[in-house]
Formats: sequence, structure tokens, C-alpha cells
Amino acid sequence: MANLAAVVGIGQTKYTTKREDVSIAGLVREAAQNALQDAGLHWDEIDAVILGKAPDMFEGVIMPETYLTDALGCNGKPMLRVHTAGSVGGSTAIVAASHVQSGTFKRVLTVSFEKQSESNAMWALSSPQPFSTHLNAGAGGYFAPIIREYMRRSEAPYNVGIKVAVKDRLHGARNPLAHLQRPDITMKEVEDSFMLWDPIRFLESCPSSDGACAMVIACEELAEQGPKPPAWIRGVAMRSEPTMYAGRDEVNPQAGRDCAADVYRQAGITDPRRDLDCAEVYVPFSWYEPMWLENLGFAPEGEGWKLTLEGATSLDEDGDIPWNPSGGVLSSNPIGASGMIRFAEAARQVRGDAGDHQVKGARLALGHAYGGGAQFFAMWVVGANKE
Amino acid sequence: MRDIAIVAFHQSRAVADAGACNEVEMIMPVLNEVYQQVGINNAQDVDFVCSGSCDYLQGAAFAFVAGVDALGAVPPIKESHVEMDAAWALYESILKLRMGHADSALVYGFGKSSPGELPVVLSQQLDPYYLAPQWIDTVSLAAMQARLMLDQGMLTERDMAEVVSRSRRNAMRNPAAQLAGDVSVEQVLAEETYLSPLRKADCCPVSDGAAAMIICTVDKAREWGVPYALITGIDHRIETHNLGMRDLTDSVSTRQAAEGAGVGAGAIDVAELYAPFSHQEIILSRALGLEGSTSVNPSGGVLAGNLMMASGLSRIGEVFKRVVSGEAERGVAHATSGPCLQHNLVTVVEKA
Repeated sequence: MANLAAVVGIGQTKYTTKREDVSIAGLVREAAQNALQDAGLHWDEIDAVILGKAPDMFEGVIMPETYLTDALGCNGKPMLRVHTAGSVGGSTAIVAASHVQSGTFKRVLTVSFEKQSESNAMWALSSPQPFSTHLNAGAGGYFAPIIREYMRRSEAPYNVGIKVAVKDRLHGARNPLAHLQRPDITMKEVEDSFMLWDPIRFLESCPSSDGACAMVIACEELAEQGPKPPAWIRGVAMRSEPTMYAGRDEVNPQAGRDCAADVYRQAGITDPRRDLDCAEVYVPFSWYEPMWLENLGFAPEGEGWKLTLEGATSLDEDGDIPWNPSGGVLSSNPIGASGMIRFAEAARQVRGDAGDHQVKGARLALGHAYGGGAQFFAMWVVGANKE
Repeated sequence: MRDIAIVAFHQSRAVADAGACNEVEMIMPVLNEVYQQVGINNAQDVDFVCSGSCDYLQGAAFAFVAGVDALGAVPPIKESHVEMDAAWALYESILKLRMGHADSALVYGFGKSSPGELPVVLSQQLDPYYLAPQWIDTVSLAAMQARLMLDQGMLTERDMAEVVSRSRRNAMRNPAAQLAGDVSVEQVLAEETYLSPLRKADCCPVSDGAAAMIICTVDKAREWGVPYALITGIDHRIETHNLGMRDLTDSVSTRQAAEGAGVGAGAIDVAELYAPFSHQEIILSRALGLEGSTSVNPSGGVLAGNLMMASGLSRIGEVFKRVVSGEAERGVAHATSGPCLQHNLVTVVEKA
């Protein structure tokens, strides 16, 4: 029943530790301008703007859409601000798509960002709460025990995470926008890097980046008129589960499994490894690749690590299902934008517009984001064909 | 596009300080109330859930994460969140229904403003480089706006006091109101000024509480067998953040949203306006083209109690209540965000 919609323009900034040359407004405008240019459009051809970012406490700007409307050419138009934890970049793309899929708008701009150099994410994530236990751990400390539990259950060799860390950095070295440029990275170097949150080493963790990502999403009629091939949105899904409940499996969350099943059903996917050509998946810590390979149905439970070790997810090893050809979150992580970058990079692949990290002949791709303590999920499938 | 029906609404009593009551404890009772209104058990019985809240009120990142604990989200649910008033969560939900990905949705908003100094906290939504470092609070900005209107002869202090007096009297019939009473215009005018030209009575109180609504397709409303009202128009627009570039005596974005929502297509029996300051009710009434025949803020409006992140949704709920009760056939609800009415949402609710 939903109207067809497609990504017709993609714009990103270069991801880096500090963008001292621009304000927050300058950062988002750069990505948005790049997306408009990619779509061959002007500001006045946009009907609405949908903005996403991680918690306001990161930069200390409450409801930043009120300040960013001028930079995003939104005055006189509708503007919506989405916030769903680390999955926000993905959720924002989905909410933006719903503006078009509902038949309400013809063409919208969606933007997400994080300027982590002007923020303190670790502090913002660790403020004590009057009614709950103080978890002064940040994201790595939160996920480390969950990873240890995965290692125990799956009996995966200790070097799987190291392999992912190397693989995604080699992918990132093909992507000029990626924050970390490490074409010379080795397994030994990752293994020797210091242990941050056992078993997560420094080089098995995502960086902290400044950056923004933007997309223009258009209705069927307008998408066909664009200068570049559109990436058709073939399925969208979101799922949430509570942070804590009896029987919650944090290693293989049901919300992730349900979300994947929903988006695959919409896109007609029965075997994701076979049917999809590549995937951009939110992997902020190396071990999340094998964990999500299982959660998303690319491998049976307990066997995700085998795909990683076999090189199935590696462009450089000519794998059959490359994961994170852009370098992923392990190569660039402006938190609020990281989910949207996954969604946008999936779209770049099926548009055949991914440069040196293009997966040859990619026609169908998955974009994935998760957030919080892995209780929030957002996914979409984009294709070169409408159906 | 599919017609959207409102089938349930409830708002908690606005209180100055909810004390040790946490966010989940504020949300649970209003959710239970709307579940009861349509005869369902929990969030599993709707297709989509969307909420509005603000991390800075709670003083922690991810205020909405705790909110999810109030839903019974096992098995996992389709859920989203806006860092805006829940009126915009309603907007997102309507898009989901229109695209056919849901036939029903639960929308809620909550805010516990009492632990902080709300007007000062909200100064941090201003431009972070040029304005926020000056800590200009929301009341001072509103006072500047009122002063502009007084100086230009666009209203008098008596006009403002009349808004307050009517709010207090209307609120006597609203069990959720925080401030209510038989207050005369003279009594308001006798009050000393607080931030000139505003008196304390011209400003909404700081309140804690939550509100929830259930919307659905008309088919679903019939299946549930409950009275419903139709959302026949909804639109929202934002305008420049730069106060110096705006005509603060007018609300251009409200007029644009009203046109988009089709406000002018018929008579308006009732209007609920999110006007945190008395003079803003006058700006909004003018922008919406309201005439004497319209009952404005029969609930008392937010001068009687302002649930941050939920008051906009509550305005829509208050109109819904009056339409399903037969008190009104067609009404307009308004929600706002940002300093001096920067971002405005207008909804038209009509008898089914």
C-alpha cells in the first residue's frame, strides 16, 4: 500500500576527529549541499527536512532543529527531529522515507550529524540517574561482557575480532571519506593495541568523529527523472525492546531478529546471504560483525565467526557477501550520523556509485543500525530495481 | 490517503512537583487510561508507538529509553521517538498509518520539568555559538515579544489579563489543571510585574506530567466500537531561528501550517492553542483567523498547566474530547516549539 520512494541524492562530509573549520550548522549544510548536488536539485525543490542526531547532551544543544533550520533551508517548511539512540541515523532515514511513502510529500531532505569534537559522549552517556543504578561505563564497557558471552557460547577463536578490525580498516582505506585511513594495518598491530574493555582492544573500537550525512528521498515519478540511478526503498523496519526483562538475550536480541525478518519479508528476501549483494551493518566494536551475522540470519547461530574468518565479508578476499565495504563504523563514527551512513552507503552500492569500495554488480543491499544497549533497531533494504 | 481517527486521549493532572515519581510512573497511568478507553491491554495491541520527550528535562541522555519500560515491549514492538513535543510524534504516527504500515498507533509525551530551572534550561536550545552562551531564558524572550506588541499598540496589558482571567475560569472545569480559579481581570492587573511587562500570571506554570492518545484507521475504530473524531488536516512549519529576522508580533509559520491543514475550510467551534504566555494566545488567535464564535482554550490552555513535551498533544486531545462529546463539530488544535513560537503545528479535528 505504501507509495514507492527512492534515494535520489546522497551527500556526506569527510569524517575526521575535528572539523574546526565549520560550526555545527556548517557541517550539516555541507552534507545537505552535497546531497542536493548529487540529486541535481536546489533548496527550493525540497518539501520538508527530517533531522536526526544522538542525544542533545552530546553537543549540549537542546532540540538543535530550531537552530539548524536556517542552515538547512527549512524556513517555511515542516521540520521533524528524530531521536532513537544510536539507531537514530537509520530511524531518521525511515521516518524521512515515510514522508514520501505516505503520499504526503514528493521530495524530502534528511540529515543526521554528530560533532563529537564539540561534545563529550562518554560524559553524556554516563550521567547518574536518581532512580537507577549508575552505569559509568560508556558504550564499550556496556558491550564488553555481552561480547564475552558471545565468545563463550560460540567458542569462536580469539582472533575473529582482530580480523574484523583489519578488514573494515582495509575497506575504509578504499573510501576517501572514511575517518581512519589505515591501508597498512596488520593483525599483529591490532592484537598489540592496548586493551580498553576486555576483550575489546583499542583498534577493535570505533573512532570518535565529526561528520554529517544527508539524503534526498523522492517519490516514484520524480525519482525516475533524476540524473543518477535511484536506489529504490524495498523495505523499512524498526523494532524496540526494553533495556531489561527476564529472559532478554543481549547477545542475539529478539528485536534485531524480528526487525530483520520484517524487512526481508517486505523485500522478498528468503536467504539474506544469497539474496543480498552486500550489507552496511552497525559494527562499532569488532565482535559485533559475527554477532550480527547470526542475528541478521546470514549464518546459523554460533557460526557467524566462520564467515568472517573465511573472508566471506571481505572485499579484499573477494567474499560473496561483503559487509561494510565503506569501512563501517569501525572506520568513521559521528554517532548520530553513523546509522544514516550505513543506509546511505547501501544506497550508493545499488546505484553503482561507491567508487573504489563498490561491490561489483550490487543490486540489493541492506542498511542496518542499532542503538542503546542493543534494544533499538532500524533497517532498510534498497535495490537497483523497483521490485 | 486513509482517514485518521482519534479514539482515546488522557492527560495526567498537571502538578508543580511530582516528587519522587519517575518518568515511567508518570507515563503508566495515562497509558492504562487510554488502553481502557478502547478496551485493549497494552502496547502490543497497537501497530506502532511513538513518543515525544526531552533529555534535558530529565538531565540524562535517552529519556525515552526509560519510557519504553512503561510499554510492555516484549515481544519487541515497532517504536519511534521524536525529541519534540508529542504532537510531532502524532505527526510521525499519522505518516505510518497513511503508508499502510500500521492501522493503529499509541502516541505519548512526558516531561518532568520540576527538578531543573525550566526557563534557564531552555536557553540552551538557542544558537550554541551566539545566543546560548548568554543564557537568555524563555520568559525574558517572551517578555521582549510582549513589549514589542505593547509598544506598537497591538495589544494592551488588559487584553493579556483577560486571557489569564478566562484561562483560570475555564480551568475550573478541567480536573487536570494546575492553576484554576475565579480570577478577575482587575485581580490580574493588580499583580506586580515579574519580567516586565509580564506578570507571573501571564506565564504558564512549570508542571510535571504526561499525556497519551490512540489513533487508528476508521475501520479499526469501528472494530473497537468506540466513539471517534477525525483528523482532517495536520501541518507544521518552522521559521528562522534568528529572532532579529522574524516579526515577533505575528506567527507566520502558524498561518502557513493553518493553510496547509485547511483551517479555513469551515467554521471553528473550538480552538486549543499552545500559548505559554498570555500575549501569545492573542498572536495565535490572529494568525489562525479565529473569530468571536470560537471558544478559545476551554480547558484553560497551558496557562493552567504546561506539560513540556506533552502539552501540544494535549491540545489535540482537548479538541478531540469536545468533538466526541458533541460540544463541538469542528475544532483546531495548535502546538509549538522553540523560542517565541518558532515552530508551529496545526491540526483540524472534526466530527466523524
